[in-house]
Amino acid sequence: MDSHAVATGALYGYRNQKSSSTNNFFESSVTLETFLFYTLGAVSVGSALMMVTRRSPVMSALYLILNFFALGGLYLSLHAQFIAFIQILVYAGAIMVLFVFVIMLLNLGDEKKLNERFSWKKIVGAGLSFGVLMELIFVFAFSKANLPPSHFEKATDIGTVENIGMQLFTTFLFPFEVTSVLLLAAIVGAVVLAKKKLN
Amino acid sequence: MLESYVPIFVMIAGGVIFGVVMVKLNEWFGPHRPNDEKLSTYESGMEPIRSARERFSVKFYMVAMLFILFDIEVVFLYPWAVSFKQLGLGGFVTMAVFIFVLFLGYFYVWRKGALEWD
Amino acid sequence: MGITFSDITSSAPLVSLVLFSFLTLIVESWGKDKPVLSYWVSLLGVGVSLALSFGHLGAGIPVFGGMLLQGGFAGYCNLIFLSSAFLTILLSRGYLERMECHRGEFYILILFSTVGMMLMAGALNLITVFLGIELMSVSLYVLAGFMRKKVRSNESALKYFLLGAFATGFLLYGIALIYGTSGTTDLVAISKLFPQLSHNPIFLVGCGLLVVAFSFKIAAVPFHMWAPDVYEGAPTTVSGFMSTGAKAAAFATFLLVFVRVFDIAGTSLSQVIAVIAAASMIVGNVTAVAQTNVKRMLAYSSIAHAGYMLSGIAAANVEGETGILFYLLAYTFVNVGAFGIVSIMERQDDKKLNFEDYEGLSARRPALAVLMTIFMFSLAGIPPFAGFFGKYYVFLAAVKANLTWLAILGVLTSLISVYYYLRLVVLMYFREGDADLDHSVPRRSMIALAIAAISIVVLGLYPSLIVDLTRSFFKI
Repeated sequence: MDSHAVATGALYGYRNQKSSSTNNFFESSVTLETFLFYTLGAVSVGSALMMVTRRSPVMSALYLILNFFALGGLYLSLHAQFIAFIQILVYAGAIMVLFVFVIMLLNLGDEKKLNERFSWKKIVGAGLSFGVLMELIFVFAFSKANLPPSHFEKATDIGTVENIGMQLFTTFLFPFEVTSVLLLAAIVGAVVLAKKKLN
Repeated sequence: MLESYVPIFVMIAGGVIFGVVMVKLNEWFGPHRPNDEKLSTYESGMEPIRSARERFSVKFYMVAMLFILFDIEVVFLYPWAVSFKQLGLGGFVTMAVFIFVLFLGYFYVWRKGALEWD
Repeated sequence: MGITFSDITSSAPLVSLVLFSFLTLIVESWGKDKPVLSYWVSLLGVGVSLALSFGHLGAGIPVFGGMLLQGGFAGYCNLIFLSSAFLTILLSRGYLERMECHRGEFYILILFSTVGMMLMAGALNLITVFLGIELMSVSLYVLAGFMRKKVRSNESALKYFLLGAFATGFLLYGIALIYGTSGTTDLVAISKLFPQLSHNPIFLVGCGLLVVAFSFKIAAVPFHMWAPDVYEGAPTTVSGFMSTGAKAAAFATFLLVFVRVFDIAGTSLSQVIAVIAAASMIVGNVTAVAQTNVKRMLAYSSIAHAGYMLSGIAAANVEGETGILFYLLAYTFVNVGAFGIVSIMERQDDKKLNFEDYEGLSARRPALAVLMTIFMFSLAGIPPFAGFFGKYYVFLAAVKANLTWLAILGVLTSLISVYYYLRLVVLMYFREGDADLDHSVPRRSMIALAIAAISIVVLGLYPSLIVDLTRSFFKI
């Protein structure tokens, strides 16, 4: 494996069948892992569905928080501790505040108005989404795709803060610096669009 | 593997159980003598008028937006701080550049008066 | 690893533009209410970067630890983006002053957006692709809604943002699947793995998602729905910038990822892109005929042109690559110019944007009428203007790649397009009317239009100048 691939593995941390079978030295961990995966997966899918079907935007926002927490748990079970921590801190913490502010800002008085009329576009959209979903399920379930093996001795090492720090400030130094420009553009954009009085 | 998280889960579960038990104990053992005054929104005698769902000013949004952007900046500081010793001087310069760029953003926000509540 | 001094000198156009964007930001923060200062600093920044770019057309070299390609292909694309930004800045000042929303942030965002485009054209890593697209798009979302008091402008920004965010979702999912199957985000590493990966269905789904994301950014059918509304509502000069710089950047990434790295020639992906190209040509041209608003007509025409250029990517050969690069440069000058004239004609509150508002323009404003005629002729692909050779090269590439049906369709739909482009010319010259301006055109706007028109004529007379240059990029 070349060093570059190792680097990317460290930043994003993936897991595959091969690496998960290496931890069978402790049989119960596999069952706990699968149990956690299915529970958290069910919670995240369920809360996402609840979020899009609620009439009240505040209820939707609350289900979104639940969804963020479930995703955080999933990241944790994939040994991506840092991402899990950021998920809770930034998404469930800060971005959720923004969502609530937007709901308050728009002040959608009559929430029933959100319930749109039935239209052919919805059917086409639902059909296309279902098609893509089936395609993805088919590809993941039946393709004999061989995923690249994990580059780490211990799967727990992938997502640690130390590993991410080392990769982010060496291999991915340039993207990291570009991020600052992206944030700067966002700051200017926020002021241009949302500042009440511009002199 | 996942066993290393067990103490955290125990801690979270302990926190949740403690909170729920305390509220429920209060409900079960405390005296319940409700009357009209007690059940009103403000017991002090203020009559609530209009809906509590007031429309928020865009100013709140502005502040929240800027908070998130600088929050993300802080997130990058965490892995940097953890691997600071291994990164050495290069790491220090890297982060200095990053913070300088965002400081420009702070300077802009400040000079434009986006931090003032006008 | 780390960033070395040679990394910075090799990417001088990019670094200087970033520094000038910071300088513009400082100037804008320091001197309140002096947008003219920001205008000059940003213009200088783009000019310096443009001058530096001419020195970076030699062999492409990877910089910043293999994250970015500078010089060669990327250097040439930088010329396109910087020309687009330069002309847009020149044209915007007068326009924004008349629309009473002249603020320095406009220029800062144009610079940031251009930096994003330069990152896209040089991306050698999927992370850089993502960051470039985001930097460009975030700035453009704000620019589209820059006229905060205009409902149309707000609508435009919101539509572009919501759909653009959705497209980013597709992009990220595609990157995730490609990374999951290849184990790397490095495009050079992926290109070595491509022969075995091209049979992996998960990898192909990832590529499909990337096609969706890129097609959205270039406004190709069926991912074009946003374009007419966004172009119509956005400030007119921004529409010109979006339809040239942003489109060119998306095409540059498309080309880099799908032709250079993935080498899709003769694969199913090439057929998918050919179908998208055909749909864009048909839908764009047929719908453009029915438009009454010139901005909307130009939006549909830009969809159609995306279709013509996509046939070069579907062909996936050297002719296609050089053809697209020539086409993009020509199209940039033409469309910035056309939108520039529309911005000069436009009045407050979206007035004077319809076809009939151009009736008899040649009698009172002959210079504007001549320039618009050059742009329309070039868009229609009438020789000797540059637009003709752009189409000629991409259709030739399609024929060489056994996609003759696509080339024939391109020629047929081009014939339809002649109708609506020449309709404007006929209205300006052969119809009685009182089309006129109630303001004098600033000299800087006329200079910008003249640069655009002269470039089109020169490119049309000497296309080999560019074609020989671009061919040298692909001798790897």
